[in-house]
Amino acid sequence: MDLPRYAYDVLVIGAGGAGLRAAIEASAAGAKVGVVSKSLLGKAHTVMAEGGIAAAMANVDDRDGWKVHFADTMRGGGYLNHPRMAEIHAKEAPDRVRELEAWGALFDRTPDGRILQRNFGGHRYPRLAHVGDRTGLEMIRTLQDHGIHQGIEFHMEHTVTLLLRDEGRVVGAFGYERERGRFVVFAAPAVILATGGIGRAFSVTSNSWEYTGDGHALAYLAGAELIDMEFVQFHPTGMVWPPSVKGILVTEGVRGEGGVLRNSEGRRFMFDDIPPLYKNQTADNEEEGWRYTQGDKEARRPPELLTRDHVARCIVREVREGRGSPHGGVFLDIAWIKDRLPHAAEHIKKKLPSMYHQFKELAGIDITREPMEVGPTTHYMMGGVRVDPESQMSSLPGLFAAGECGAGLHGANRLGGNSLSDLLVFGKRAGEHAAQFARDQGPGRIDEAQVDAAARWALAPFERHGSSGGEGPYVIQHDLQRMMQELVGIVRQEAEMEQALAELVQLRERAEKAAVPGNREYNPGWHTTLDLPNLLTVSEAVTRAALERKESRGAQFRDDYPEKDEAFGKLNIIVRRGPDGEMQIAREPTPSMSPELQAVIQEMK
Amino acid sequence: MAQATFKIWRGDVQGGGFVDYPTEVSEGMVVLDAVHQIQAGPAQDLAVRWNCKAGKCGSCSAEVNGNPRLMCMTRLSDLPLDEPVTIEPIRSFPVIRDLVTDVSWNFAAKKRIKKFKPRPPDAPDGTWRIAQEDVDRVQEFRKCIECFLCQDVCHVLREHHLHDQFIGPRLLVYAAALEMHPLDVEDRVEDLAKRDGIGFCNITKCCTKVCPEGITITDNAIIPLKERVVDQLYDPLRRIFRIFRGSG
Repeated sequence: MDLPRYAYDVLVIGAGGAGLRAAIEASAAGAKVGVVSKSLLGKAHTVMAEGGIAAAMANVDDRDGWKVHFADTMRGGGYLNHPRMAEIHAKEAPDRVRELEAWGALFDRTPDGRILQRNFGGHRYPRLAHVGDRTGLEMIRTLQDHGIHQGIEFHMEHTVTLLLRDEGRVVGAFGYERERGRFVVFAAPAVILATGGIGRAFSVTSNSWEYTGDGHALAYLAGAELIDMEFVQFHPTGMVWPPSVKGILVTEGVRGEGGVLRNSEGRRFMFDDIPPLYKNQTADNEEEGWRYTQGDKEARRPPELLTRDHVARCIVREVREGRGSPHGGVFLDIAWIKDRLPHAAEHIKKKLPSMYHQFKELAGIDITREPMEVGPTTHYMMGGVRVDPESQMSSLPGLFAAGECGAGLHGANRLGGNSLSDLLVFGKRAGEHAAQFARDQGPGRIDEAQVDAAARWALAPFERHGSSGGEGPYVIQHDLQRMMQELVGIVRQEAEMEQALAELVQLRERAEKAAVPGNREYNPGWHTTLDLPNLLTVSEAVTRAALERKESRGAQFRDDYPEKDEAFGKLNIIVRRGPDGEMQIAREPTPSMSPELQAVIQEMK
Repeated sequence: MAQATFKIWRGDVQGGGFVDYPTEVSEGMVVLDAVHQIQAGPAQDLAVRWNCKAGKCGSCSAEVNGNPRLMCMTRLSDLPLDEPVTIEPIRSFPVIRDLVTDVSWNFAAKKRIKKFKPRPPDAPDGTWRIAQEDVDRVQEFRKCIECFLCQDVCHVLREHHLHDQFIGPRLLVYAAALEMHPLDVEDRVEDLAKRDGIGFCNITKCCTKVCPEGITITDNAIIPLKERVVDQLYDPLRRIFRIFRGSG
């Protein structure tokens, strides 16, 4: 087929933190690198990250170190994490942060001029390098502005719809550019998926239109394995009012700075349910919790800073039991610190400027004077492409994954701040090893039959519009989101999930008939139609994995199995495509932990 | 529920015009919500950029009732809904389709600006020591979300189309962030004067007025850069400047 073709050593799909960091590394290793991004450069979801980058630099508390960070990450993940990934992450994150500074990032400082670190949920010591509450913007802009000088070719506003394969390896990708709707072929012996999450599978989400599980679905269809797909993180604090902003994130940094959660009775309900695993390190009174947020090293953290899965469930409980706020959330109050601090309003505006701005502009609320209303929002996907911890290569040769679409580091629940560090640490590794793989293997052969079929498939929605006049994609996407939110959301049970599987079959039939008007030029209706199969695939994977795990752990809470189950605590759930195209689910023992790491876990208990 | 009419510009580089879309509006809605509602209904192929929906990514820039705005941060309750709300693409860049414009020039022009070059590390472990106040000084510029609304209202770009001679307020803010970065040792002053056309800015402050991040673009970024240009490149003027500033 006559269409634009590009040949690279390494093709990176996605230009958020992981994709950019991977591209920079691959390019530095001498590879010719192309980056494809659905949006313009610098708009990826990384830009939304607020709290900071977790890295045990010990700038604020010298008791911190990689072992503590490792143990915190494993504990937070319900011990389903890949221990080697958690080890690499904890050991390498500090260098990745310092490297950003060498590329121009500016973080907030300690009094002696080093990088300041802040408290965050599940982290024992102040660990998050940050700049106010816009750390993600600082990070993505730094990577972007550094990356454009590294000889990397960027293809902005391009979407990949299929990975091209040859003889059991990945050899490139097929996609389209938004502007004119032309198809494009990228040939590359190594392809890195850095496509982010799946938030658009749910109706209440902090994710933008881009997060349709593209990398997850592309990898799955190409034959790579997915892991931990049952673990979807519902961030405890999203905006709940007005309706149009429902789901927009309210940073955990609010709680890190002393913000407290209260129910309609004014009670700090987080004190009512502290999990045994965290009892030792959680404050048992309000005074101690406050001292912790103000840097008192003797104090233990307030229960508001317990892990996200737990805080989200406590909020759901309060709302269900009739103690919620007027719009179905609970109250998050930072204004109260005026009782403790002089110039509290200025302090809040300085520490949480974008939160102040967001509530002021979108909800008409001044957070220095009144409490916010918050509730859980779909935020992050722990599950994703199963990768080798050293190289980030998937089970399919030549296919790598990094960042949110990869999996293993976070297990059953991700700690705040561990995402930005994940992007940097494993983005770098993916770039390095993909470049190496490309050098060793050389280019593959592009099968034109796959290209032709991909093009025909992509054009079908227009033809259907001409012939059948089928329904548009938005209503199907909307119905899918509502269904997943209701049936496979924060609280799950078998009957509802079985129903979800049945509804997914019907939704897929509708998606296969979806039609779009207009032409190929910058047509979001068309783009949404082509994204739908990816959303359906990841929704099915989430549902099947969640059904398989008959216990509650981390982000998965099952009403019918409300407790942890020791046997499941030693198993990961694997999702792969069977020979006839059916989705297969398998249980596998969690990776073994080295004696050294086991000793670290014991030491940090 | 109330109804409102949105007049949305539909078309491409060949031309186009406004199309009326009546739609339901409810409490708390922003302009982008209305656009999405229309897109999910009668205009499924309506082209619009958006991402974060929280004023953090700078994707959904447009002109709402003639004012350059982020659609996600413009509440309907702040607009008169008894008359149609007009929405059209920003004007300093060529339209692609409907509300989407070709802003690639900004990315290409940025690449020409010399990149960050830090001084040697301060500590043996390869790190630097920086005072918080030095971080605070450039934070303002680093808040920029690249929405390009400042580029949209800059008359040098909007009316005079001098894109090949002038980099516009956004990239002057970028240059200021680099020039005033506490670690940076690169010199961009000559480029700013000669290649980047800083002299074209005649300080009308239109850019500052529309910045959704509240960056004081003209006073804090452009004027200090202009002063550097004068100081470094036009030495005889230096004395006059000192007289004006009363510093002898």
